[in-house]
Amino acid sequence: MTVRTAELLMALMMGLFSIYLMYKSAELPIGWIEEEGPGGGLWPFWLSTIMLISCGGILFNWVRKKGAIATSTKVYIESHVLGDVLAVAIALIITVALFSFIGIYGALPLFLIFYLRFMGKHSWKLTGTLAILIPVVIFYFFEITLKIILPKGITEPLFLPLYKIFF
Amino acid sequence: MLETIQLLAQGFVVVFEPQNLLLIIAGCTLGLFIGAMPGLGSVNGVAILLPLTFLVPPTGAIIFLAAIYYGAMYGGAISSIMLGIPGASTAVATTFDGRPLAKQGMADKALIGAAVASFVGGSISVVLFTFFAPPLAHVALVFGAPEEFALMMLAFATFVGLGGDDIFKTLFSICIGLVLSAVGFDIISGEPRLVLWDITGFLHGINFLVLAIGVYGIGEMLWTVEEHALGGGKSMLSDATVTVKRTIAALRELVKTWKATVMGSFLGYFVGILPAAGATPGSLMAYGIAKQMSSEPDKFGDGAIEGVCAPEAANNAASTGSMLPMLTLGIPGSPTTAILLGGMVIWGLEPGPRLFVDHSEFVWGLIASLYAANLFTLLINIAFIPVFIKVLKTPFTILAPIIFTLCLIGGYAPTQDMHDVWLMIVFGIVGYLMRKLDYPLAPAVLAIVLGPLAEPAMRQSLIISEGSFMIFFNRAYAGPIMVAALLLLFLPLFKMLYDRMRATKPAAE
Amino acid sequence: MYKSKHTLKKMACALGVSTILAAMPIVGHAWEPQKPVEFVVMAGKGGGADKAVRLLQSIIASDNMAPVPFTPVNKPGGSGAEALVHVNGKKGDNHTIMFTLNSFYTTPLRQPGLGIDIATFTPIARMAEDTFLLWVNSDRKDINNVADFVKAAKAKGSGWIMAGTGKNSEDNLLTDFLNTAYDLKMKYVPYKGGGKVAKELAGNNADSTVNNPSEQLGFYEAGTTKALAAFTGQRLPMFPNTPTFKELGSDMVYYMQRTVVGAPGMSKEASAYYQELFTRVYNSPKWQQYISKKSLQGDLLAGDALMAYWMKERDIHEVMLKKMGAIK
Repeated sequence: MTVRTAELLMALMMGLFSIYLMYKSAELPIGWIEEEGPGGGLWPFWLSTIMLISCGGILFNWVRKKGAIATSTKVYIESHVLGDVLAVAIALIITVALFSFIGIYGALPLFLIFYLRFMGKHSWKLTGTLAILIPVVIFYFFEITLKIILPKGITEPLFLPLYKIFF
Repeated sequence: MLETIQLLAQGFVVVFEPQNLLLIIAGCTLGLFIGAMPGLGSVNGVAILLPLTFLVPPTGAIIFLAAIYYGAMYGGAISSIMLGIPGASTAVATTFDGRPLAKQGMADKALIGAAVASFVGGSISVVLFTFFAPPLAHVALVFGAPEEFALMMLAFATFVGLGGDDIFKTLFSICIGLVLSAVGFDIISGEPRLVLWDITGFLHGINFLVLAIGVYGIGEMLWTVEEHALGGGKSMLSDATVTVKRTIAALRELVKTWKATVMGSFLGYFVGILPAAGATPGSLMAYGIAKQMSSEPDKFGDGAIEGVCAPEAANNAASTGSMLPMLTLGIPGSPTTAILLGGMVIWGLEPGPRLFVDHSEFVWGLIASLYAANLFTLLINIAFIPVFIKVLKTPFTILAPIIFTLCLIGGYAPTQDMHDVWLMIVFGIVGYLMRKLDYPLAPAVLAIVLGPLAEPAMRQSLIISEGSFMIFFNRAYAGPIMVAALLLLFLPLFKMLYDRMRATKPAAE
Repeated sequence: MYKSKHTLKKMACALGVSTILAAMPIVGHAWEPQKPVEFVVMAGKGGGADKAVRLLQSIIASDNMAPVPFTPVNKPGGSGAEALVHVNGKKGDNHTIMFTLNSFYTTPLRQPGLGIDIATFTPIARMAEDTFLLWVNSDRKDINNVADFVKAAKAKGSGWIMAGTGKNSEDNLLTDFLNTAYDLKMKYVPYKGGGKVAKELAGNNADSTVNNPSEQLGFYEAGTTKALAAFTGQRLPMFPNTPTFKELGSDMVYYMQRTVVGAPGMSKEASAYYQELFTRVYNSPKWQQYISKKSLQGDLLAGDALMAYWMKERDIHEVMLKKMGAIK
């Protein structure tokens, strides 16, 4: 996909999103209420309209081939780079999804191992050390010092004895 | 005057009690790390550590919390400069030039600049605080909704021209920020608003941090992953080194920024005093004005050291300023002081005009601790700079997963809601894709910060005036601020038109 | 050292709970929280409810009343809708409690789509009822009682600004009361929090407010604002010279509950534990001092008595909201 094509797709998507926002804003009064000023939906509605108009402007520039992006025939994301970016993005999504099931302390080491070992090609020794050390530091800083309880999922019972020790 | 100095001296006696001194150092250090963590700012730090302070007497407790507040203000600059992720809204303006400096291998210079400017801002403001508290408190009191809106307009106006070259994309970015800031709940009508796809997580609105960490954290990191892959796996986040020689050179260069720093300090202090404004608009305005004042405004955004110093001086000065309405009126000038206020209530201290009379030991102990906290934070911060620089030199493939981890937890911590973590990932990925197409994202982040402050103020004013816009012009404070905002807003436009006319004239003839 | 303190605490706890649990056939250990308890606040950081929660949290922590910390989580979205949905989704959870206001009744009434039935929540303890007074700025030398107020407000018509916290909130209800009772046309302007509202009055950006005493206290003590009348059954000890609206002939009595609620379907043992815990907190000197200093009212209500109180209040609010036109 070239940058030019990506530009078109992005403008179309954002245009659709603007329309959705306009529709959603209209759930509240979008007009001027007598003696009260703007209704709750007025600003979001008209701002979304400006968003839509801006998307129109971007498309207009695209059609008449104006600007560096609209004329660029370069590849949007180079194929040999795409793999890396996609891998990281997907790894992040999987990690966040796992937060609710196996908890932060289950998901984070997996993410760290994936990144350090398979993306970074670091030694198992370094990978292992960091995959254990970082969650431990996080536990101390967030849960013990700041008392921000992070999601545990099914690993919850494992932490009960720790709570007993630290609180 | 003499009496004030005497009271201040008594305050210092309180501060230099060993226990209190220890609390200051502990508070500054802890604050520094909380502030440096993306997602955690002074609000979280103070709120979370509030209960800890019930173990010590009130004066010790407020000293500890004030130290955390200061420490976190300094700390915010660290993640802004090193990672380009503003840890709190107060540090957004610092990323604009701090990040480019770090990328050019001058992270040390930016960090030193931020530390010194913070110190200057803190010092100037605390002196102002010591000697001119009561008359300024009155200004804070009469500052109503119309004045607030005028001030927000002024903050917006200082930022015209921040966007990119493509006018449509800049406009889009500003508007999407404003619309997203309207998500959640409309306090004027009391109705849920823009609850996207009826997901309940949107009821609490879109936190500024979710967008900022998403765009600047996840998005920026994806961008770096790409650069890293393109560059054959050699890139580092910053290639700075710390040597005595470089430090001296950096300090020398800072002398040239004194105008921006001093301007930021005064501006930050006065904006900080105004209720509801707080440090964020203060630092943004300081950045905007520093740019206008500069002889080389084009360098702003590409690593101008004044662009780091002005907002950093302003946000520290504002944090002192916002203590003033809290102590004298019992009105918090920022979310952080709102929590400090809660603490005072718990300790049985009633903030308000009588506090200075009834609990002068507490008040002056606090003021003296601001002097001390300011100095200690500077020293601790400078001591840590070599460590931070070293961290930046860690290979990217080790640093990247750690930063991603911090982003994920930083997205979760403020609201403790998985919804926000998901939203952050979405913003990150979409932000990355948009950035590749040259959509400027800074305007969206600014808009989501200022939008929620501006919109209610405007609508409250219009209800009061029964729909007439004159309310923004015919009041003693609102009028001049609004006129200044409009002038500033249209100045670039007039200039552009003028330039264009001059440029086209000869061609037409 | 740590261990001994811990067992001591447990013993004290067991002793206290045993009185409540005496009637229940429980063998062995009394229930105790196993992990940090999530203390949901229906309002944002720094507001009145948030301050109260942080005080409760600190009393529990500093007096070592519980084996685990109570961690406040603010869910201010949608007038408490977000908090209600969150806690409602934690059915059967023994480690989630919530601090509520009157939006506990009004939000489910106004937004039936949320599917919240407050009768399913676990009643724990009503820690206090906050009171409301009618305030004006002390600069208004011409206003010294409600009659003066009515005269001045009538003269200004819809130009009279009443500041309050949010549309359809408690303040809005009281403003509507006043408008109907005295045939006024005061304009209601919603602000974000009680502290802000108090400040608008002190700075003369509003003509009157119906703040809680805790919100106006600083200005009141400094002589910046004055109270004209109280929306309470009896005169408040802190304001002995301020009459109640009841005395003045209009039957306006209104309170704001400050109540701890448990997640729906919480186990009997856990509910008993929290009831006992918050009874001790209620009786602690720190909480008692807070109540008297902030001019709060209301005895402790727990368990079934609290549920009965909710049902009564919900009906009252339904009638009020209908009158206002906020619901059909």
